[in-house]
Amino acid sequence: MSSFDSMKQSRTGALVGFALMAVALVLLPVLFGKGLGNTWVRNLDFAMLYIMLALGLNIVVGYAGLLDLGYIAFYAVGAYLYALLNSPHLVPLLQGTGLEWILGPSIWIVIPLAALVAGSFGVMLGSPTLKLRGDYLAIVTLGFGEIIRIFMNNLNHPVNLTNGPRGITLIEPITLFGHSLGKPLHLFGLEIPPLYQYYYLFLALTMFIVFVSIRLQDSRIGRAWVAIREDEIAANAMGINTRNVKLLAFAMGASFGGVAGCLFSSLQGFISPESFGLMESIIVLSMVVLGGMGHIPGVILGAVILVFVPEALRDVINPLQNALIDRKIISGKIIDPEVVRMLMFGLALIFVMLLRPEGLWPSKRRRAELHPKTDDIARQEKDSVADAERNHD
Amino acid sequence: METFIQQIVNGLVMGSMYALIALGYTMVYGILSLINFAHGEVVMIGAMVTITCINLVSSIAPGLPGSLVFTAGLLMAIPITMVLGFSIERIAYRPLRKAPRLTPLITAIGVSITLQQVAMLIWGRSPRSFPAIFGEDAPHKLFNLDVSITNIQITIIVLAILLMAGLLIMVEKTKLGRAMRATSQNPEVAGLMGVNINTIISMTFVLGSALGAVAGALYAANYSRADAYIGFMIGLKAFTAAVLGGIGNLAGAVLGGIALGLIESVGAGYIGPLTNGFLGSHYQDIFAFAVLILVLVFRPSGLLGERVAERA
Amino acid sequence: MTLARYSLIASAVLALAACGQQQNTEQPKQDPNAAKPAADAKPADAGGEAVVKIGHAAPLTGNIAHLGKDNENGARLAIDELNAKGVEIGGKKVKFELLSEDDQGDPKTATTVAQRFVDAKVAGVVGHLNSGTTIPAAKIYSDAGIPQISPSATNPDYTKQGFKTAFRVIANDIAQGKALGDFAVDNLKAKKIAIIDDRTAYGQGLADEFEKAAKGKGAEIVKREFTNNQATDFMAILTSIKGAKPDVVFYGGMDAQAGPMAKQMKKLGIAAKLLGGDGFQSGEFIKLAGDAAEGQFASQPGLAKDKMPGYADFNTKYKAKFNTDIQIYAPYTYDATMLMVEAMKKANSTDSKVYLPELAKIEYSGVTGPVKFDEKGDVVGGTVTVYQVKGGKWEVMASVGGAAAPAAAAPAEAKPAEAKKEEKKQ
Repeated sequence: MSSFDSMKQSRTGALVGFALMAVALVLLPVLFGKGLGNTWVRNLDFAMLYIMLALGLNIVVGYAGLLDLGYIAFYAVGAYLYALLNSPHLVPLLQGTGLEWILGPSIWIVIPLAALVAGSFGVMLGSPTLKLRGDYLAIVTLGFGEIIRIFMNNLNHPVNLTNGPRGITLIEPITLFGHSLGKPLHLFGLEIPPLYQYYYLFLALTMFIVFVSIRLQDSRIGRAWVAIREDEIAANAMGINTRNVKLLAFAMGASFGGVAGCLFSSLQGFISPESFGLMESIIVLSMVVLGGMGHIPGVILGAVILVFVPEALRDVINPLQNALIDRKIISGKIIDPEVVRMLMFGLALIFVMLLRPEGLWPSKRRRAELHPKTDDIARQEKDSVADAERNHD
Repeated sequence: METFIQQIVNGLVMGSMYALIALGYTMVYGILSLINFAHGEVVMIGAMVTITCINLVSSIAPGLPGSLVFTAGLLMAIPITMVLGFSIERIAYRPLRKAPRLTPLITAIGVSITLQQVAMLIWGRSPRSFPAIFGEDAPHKLFNLDVSITNIQITIIVLAILLMAGLLIMVEKTKLGRAMRATSQNPEVAGLMGVNINTIISMTFVLGSALGAVAGALYAANYSRADAYIGFMIGLKAFTAAVLGGIGNLAGAVLGGIALGLIESVGAGYIGPLTNGFLGSHYQDIFAFAVLILVLVFRPSGLLGERVAERA
Repeated sequence: MTLARYSLIASAVLALAACGQQQNTEQPKQDPNAAKPAADAKPADAGGEAVVKIGHAAPLTGNIAHLGKDNENGARLAIDELNAKGVEIGGKKVKFELLSEDDQGDPKTATTVAQRFVDAKVAGVVGHLNSGTTIPAAKIYSDAGIPQISPSATNPDYTKQGFKTAFRVIANDIAQGKALGDFAVDNLKAKKIAIIDDRTAYGQGLADEFEKAAKGKGAEIVKREFTNNQATDFMAILTSIKGAKPDVVFYGGMDAQAGPMAKQMKKLGIAAKLLGGDGFQSGEFIKLAGDAAEGQFASQPGLAKDKMPGYADFNTKYKAKFNTDIQIYAPYTYDATMLMVEAMKKANSTDSKVYLPELAKIEYSGVTGPVKFDEKGDVVGGTVTVYQVKGGKWEVMASVGGAAAPAAAAPAEAKPAEAKKEEKKQ
C-alpha cells in the first residue's frame, strides 16, 4: 500500500523507475537467452508461472491467514481445462454429441474460464472448511489436493476424461491474434522465438496479477482479510461477513492458480498428474513463506529464488561432480546431487524460519510484529499471545 | 463372509499401526497445538534403524531366536528416535513457540524433508528388506475359517493395545501424566504450580517418538521392507486418524486409527461392487481424506474432541 | 517501498545477469580445446576434425539413478568406440562428443534438459529413459528437427504423437502386454485372471494391454484392482482377489511393490502365480519377496541376454571399461547411438535434417538384434522374453512374439534345458 502513497510523493521519480523496470523486464529474456542460452529463457518462463502461483497462494495464506496445503489442485484444474479443450484427446468422446464446438476456444475465453472454474473449485474447497481452525484446515486442504490429483489419475474409466496416469499429449500452443505461440513471430524484421513470446505473455499476465494483488491489498476486502488473519472474532464483531470474505480469498487465490495452470499446459504441450503432487504445493507455500507472507515483492523474490537456485545448482554441482569423477578425484559411491539439493532446501526452510520468521523481505507490519521496536510494544505483543494461549481450549 | 472377516482383520492390523503413530501426533498437538509434521519421518527412521540394528545383532550373535533379535533391535532403535524427537523439538520448535502459527509448521516441513534426505544419504533410496529372522511367518487359520493371520500381525495388535493402555494409564495416573495434562490445559498456570513446562514438552516428544519407533519397527517387520519414503504417507494417514478422533485426545487417536484402518480396508475391498465398477480400489487413498472432510464438516473437532472456540 | 526502489533493484539484478553473461561467454575462450567429454556448450574445434554432439538424457539422480547411469555408460561406450575407430562423414573426420544430462525422471525437468540440448545444437538425442520424460521432451526435439531415439521408453503414446523425429529401439507396452497375455493363456493355461496396476503411466498401460490380450485369448478377467507406486499394504485388494479365485494374478508395476505383494499373497494363502512386466524382473524383487519370489513370472522386452547376437562381446567390453555389471538397457543405448551414427554415414551428413530420412529407413544389426523402424518410429517385431524365479534366480522361460526372434535364437544353442521345451511358442 505504501507504493501508491510514495508514488504520489515523487511522481516523476516513480515514472522514471517504472520505465526503467519496464525496459529491463522486456530485455531480460534477450540477456538471458544470449548470455546463458534458451534454457534460461525457459527458466524465466517457469519463474513467471511460479510468481503467479505464489501470488495466488499469498492471497489465501498471506492476506487471509488460511493455511492451504493443497493449492496445486487449482493449478491442476487450470492445466487440465486448457489441455482438454486444446488437444485431440476429447475428440472421440465428443463425436456425435454436437458439442465439438467447445474444442479449441480462443485464449480470451480459456483464460477467464480457467480462472472461473478454478475459482469455483476454490469455493468448493472453502465452503465446508469455513468453520475449521488453522491446523484442521491445513490437513483438509492437503486432502483436497490429493483427492483432485487421484481423480485426475483415475478418470480414464469408465469415461476416458483425463487419460489417467498417461497424461494428455499434443496440447496446442496458445494462439493470440491468429498467431500460434508455437511458431516464431516475425516483427519489424526481428524473429522472436516461441520461448520469448511465452515470456512476454506470461510477463503481461504476471503484471496483471501483481496489479490485482496490489489493488486487493489496498481495498476494503484486503483489509477485511488482514482483520480475519489477525483476529477472526474481532473481525466478525466489526461487521465483516467472515464467511463471504474467506470464500472470496479462496476463490481469488484459486483463480490465479487456474490461470497459471492454463499457461503451463500450453507451454509444456504435455501434462500428467505427477506434475501436481503434494511436493509442488509445499514448494509454492515455501516461496510465499520464505519471501515474506503477505508482501508482494517478498513473495516474488521467494518464487524467483526457488526457481532459479536449483537450476543454477544444476549448472554448478553436476558438471563439478562429473569433472571430479572423470578426473578420478572422487570415485565409487558419490553423493546424489538431488539429495544434496533437497537437503539444502529442507535446511534452508528450517534456518530461514528460525532466523527470520517473517521471511526474507517482509512487509513492514509483519517485521514490526516480530521484531518490536520498543519494549512497550514487545510487552503488548507478549500479552496478546498470552491472551490467545488462555483463550485456547 | 470369510472375505469380510479377512478385511476386518486387515483393517485392524493397519489401524493398530495408525493408532500408535497417531498418538505421537495427538500428544504433541494436545500440549503445543502444533502439527509435528516430522513425526512420520521419525517413524521411518525408527523402521530403518531397527533393520540396521537387527542386521547388526544377528551378525554379532547368530542363531538367536527371532523374537529376541527383534526386541534387541527395537531397544536399540527406541533411544535413537527418542534423541531425535528431543532434538527436533529443541532445534526447530522451541525457539518458535511465540512465533505465528504458520512458522513452526514450515520448520516442521523443513525437518521432514531434511530427515528424509538424511535417510537417503545413510541407507540409499532403494528399499531395505527386513531380515528373515522369524523364519517362515506361516499364516494361522482364524476360527477354522479361511481367514489368515500371521504371528507378526498378532504381535502388532497385541503390542499396540498394551502400549496404548500403558500410555493412557500413565497420563491418567502418574505425576508426569498429571503434569502433561496440566500443561496442555494451561501452560502458564501449570508453570506457576511448579511444573517445568519445557521438560514436559520434551518428554512428550520423547514418548511420542518412542511409540513411533515401535510402529516403524512393526511396519518394517509386517511388510518386510522399509525405505526413506514410507514416513510421509503413513504419517499423513496417522495424522488424519488423529484429527478424525479429535486431535489432542488420546483415546480419540486410538479410535481414529482403528476406524481409518477399517474404513480403508473394507472400502478398498467393497467399493468396486458397491458402485458397480464405477469407482475402484484406486480410490483407496481418497477414503481417508473424504471421511475426514465429512467428519470435520459435521463434527468440526473430531469424533471424541471437545468443542473448542476458534483461536485467533 | 517505492516503485523507484523496485526498479533500482531490478536494474541491479539485470546488471548482475549481464555480468554473469560476460563470464559465461569468456569461459570457452579461456580453454578453446576443451577435451572434457561433457558440459561444454560451445562446439569445440579439435584440430581440423568436425565435432558432432550427441545428447543423452536419463535420471542420473533419484531412485532409478543406477538405471540412468547404465544407459549413459552404454552410449558412452559407443561414442568412445566410434572415436577410436575414426569415422569420416562428408569427407571430414568426425569426433563425437556425448552430452549427458540428468532429467531426474521428472517431466518438467525433462523439457528443460531438452531445451539445453537444442541450445547446444546436438545432432541427435539418445533418451530419455522414462516414458513420462520422453513424451514431453519429444515435442521440443521435433520442433527443433532433432532425431530422438529412446532406449527404454515403452509407453505407446510416445510414438503416437506423430513426430517424425521420435524413434525407439525397444518393444512398446502393446507388444509386451500382448506377449504376456498370450503367455498367461497359452503357457500357464490361465482361465481366470486378476489384474492389479499401480496407476502409473507404465503400470496402467501395461495392465491395459495385458487385459486386452488375455481377453482376446478367451480368459476371464475376474478382478481388476489398483494400488499406487508408494504403497506397501495390498491386503485389502488381495483379499478381494482371493475371493474371486484366479489362476494368475497380473501386476503392472515395479519391484518395490511386487516384492511385498508376493509375500502378502503367500500370507493370505493365494496359490495363483504372480506375473508381470520388466518393472519387477529384477534382483530387487527376489530380495524383497524372499521365499515368496519362487515360481513367479516376469518379462523383459527384447531377447534373453544369452540370445542377443552381440551380448557376450558387449558385456566383456562394458565390464572392462566401467568395471560394473550391466543393469538393463545399456545394450539398447549402445545400439541407439551406433545406429544414429550409421544413419549419418549413410546420408553422408551429420545435419539432422539430412540424415533423418536415412534413420527412418535404416536396417541395422545391433547387439540386441536387428533393428528396423516402422512408419511410427517403433521397432519392428520387438521380442519379449518371459522369465521365472527358480532357486532364487531369474531363469528364461520363453521368448514370445517378434520377427527378430528366430534369426537371433539360432546361434544360441547352449540354453538351459528346461527353457527348451517352452521354446515352441516362437
